[in-house]
Amino acid sequence: MAALENININNGMANAASADTAAESSRSGIRSAGSGTGASAGGNTGMIKTPLSPRRKAYIGTMTGLMWFCSIITCGLVVYILAYVLFRGIPNISWEFVSTSPSYLSGNIGILPDIMNTIYIVLASLVIVLPLGVGAAVYLTEYATNKKLVDIIEYAAETLSGIPSIIYGLVGMLFFCQFMGLQTSLLAGALTLVIMNLPTIMRTTQESLKTVPQSYREGAFGLGAGKWRVIRTVVLPNCIDGIITGCILATGRILGESAALLFTAGFAHALNGPIKGLQSAGASLTVALYVYAKEQGEFEVAFGIAAILVVLTLILNVAARLVGAYFKKKRDR
Amino acid sequence: MNRHKIESVVKFIFLILGLVTIACVLLITVYLVIAGIPAIREIGIIDFLFGTKWASTAAEPQFGILPFILTSIYGTAGAIVIGVPIGFMTAVFTAKVAPRKIRMAIEEAVSLLAGIPSVVYGLVGMLILVPGIRDLFDIPDGASLFAAIIVLAIMILPSIINVSLTALEAVPKEYEEASLALGATEIETYFRVSVPAAKSGIAAAVVLGVGRAIGEAMAVMMVSGNAPNMPDSLFQSVRFLTTAVASEMSYSSGLQRQALFSIALVLFLFIMMINALLNFLMKRDKEG
Repeated sequence: MAALENININNGMANAASADTAAESSRSGIRSAGSGTGASAGGNTGMIKTPLSPRRKAYIGTMTGLMWFCSIITCGLVVYILAYVLFRGIPNISWEFVSTSPSYLSGNIGILPDIMNTIYIVLASLVIVLPLGVGAAVYLTEYATNKKLVDIIEYAAETLSGIPSIIYGLVGMLFFCQFMGLQTSLLAGALTLVIMNLPTIMRTTQESLKTVPQSYREGAFGLGAGKWRVIRTVVLPNCIDGIITGCILATGRILGESAALLFTAGFAHALNGPIKGLQSAGASLTVALYVYAKEQGEFEVAFGIAAILVVLTLILNVAARLVGAYFKKKRDR
Repeated sequence: MNRHKIESVVKFIFLILGLVTIACVLLITVYLVIAGIPAIREIGIIDFLFGTKWASTAAEPQFGILPFILTSIYGTAGAIVIGVPIGFMTAVFTAKVAPRKIRMAIEEAVSLLAGIPSVVYGLVGMLILVPGIRDLFDIPDGASLFAAIIVLAIMILPSIINVSLTALEAVPKEYEEASLALGATEIETYFRVSVPAAKSGIAAAVVLGVGRAIGEAMAVMMVSGNAPNMPDSLFQSVRFLTTAVASEMSYSSGLQRQALFSIALVLFLFIMMINALLNFLMKRDKEG
């Protein structure tokens, strides 16, 4: 392996030097080594400094320019999209908008049912996916001894995270709605999202399980604790940050999901309590946005929902960062 | 004795939880195959895959999905052509050049870009991109392959930037120091030493982008016009594999419905190939 890496370096070097004639590169080599190391440049006063060849200068200039240009495009796009959505959406958000149900009689459009449906779906999915994902991660890091099985499980998780949501929607419809007889309901939607988010929870938990020092476990074993007790009292409490991060990521994904919910949870706008709600069809905020924009042409309503979704995305991002920073600080102490 | 019993029960429970992931993959595969095969049998695999006309609700229905396959391939290729250079350059800038503050701002922007729901992209695309394309190119309707390509290019940016960034960060410092010591300037070092050293990871980023683009449904459905045309021009209303499934599912029945499952199966096979490639690249990257 070391030999391979050496070859790699040599290739890199050859590329770096190939732009110039050998003589020139060796001379200018001295020059930029001097300027590159800054502090030691003082010692190089006796050396010849040659300016870079125009070709190298042009290359460096082009690349620097392109990098700035592309980075500015990326950031500009984000700012533009956020500003546009908030600018068009916020004027449409009122207390009435978020606290009433839509009514054909009065022509009123309210999104309270969609908000409630979204909350039900997020909660139901998290409640089911957490034990599954955390359990799988615990099995992989604490129990599994068969390397092959671990590889297969990890490959399966990677496969799951690559499958497009429309396919989850179809299979969810076939399996949960038809085969298991749940009909088109929020519960069927939530179960579909459970499969989608399983890899996320698994991965974040696994990452943080790996950071629990082996000595903690050994200490507990040394005191005579059984494996289950060690996991319950030592391992799990120490990986709570991974679990919380996983929850935040999963919540973000569930909030933004639409294709998987279209055929599993449907697009009704009825206001229900949690129990009845889970059993009946209902649109989440994203699905409602799609229906209002594409099928009904109610762009003002759609932008109102989009603004709410964007604000929630912002909040979740900040939350994820704060949680990360908080636990990092706690761990370092 | 009792404690041992609890231990083995707990171990068994965790084993089951670990196997759930595999069960899910199997469930999805089995369901798609079972649901997708009948229509392919009935229509004939050649007519299905290479038929150029999709008329599912006509009196004499025709189920050729070549337009969808080609649209998905062209759309993804277009998104890659636009998205990869921008994402790649941003990743190199963020990993190597950017001062700490700018770096944090870019990372924040990228994670927001990844978090924005796809329907929001679709909505913005519908109201900005589609009219913009209509006016700019003077065509009757801007909802087209071109609009979809641009939306997809934006949506795959976060995947490309994040994965390339990780790969570029993992390049050993010694490589870069050696290059600098030999006289390459910093920019030359980044592009001619760091990037080649991270090429597996960057390739993985591109493949991940392909997977994201080919699987995206809602945003594309809102901007691509959705007519089952062959993608002969950039400015035609087109339908992707994903949107073909999504747009007819709610009112489909009989053979038409089964054909939709077959489309999903084709899409699934594409994705599985991409996943296998991605896995291979990731592994090679890890092993260096």
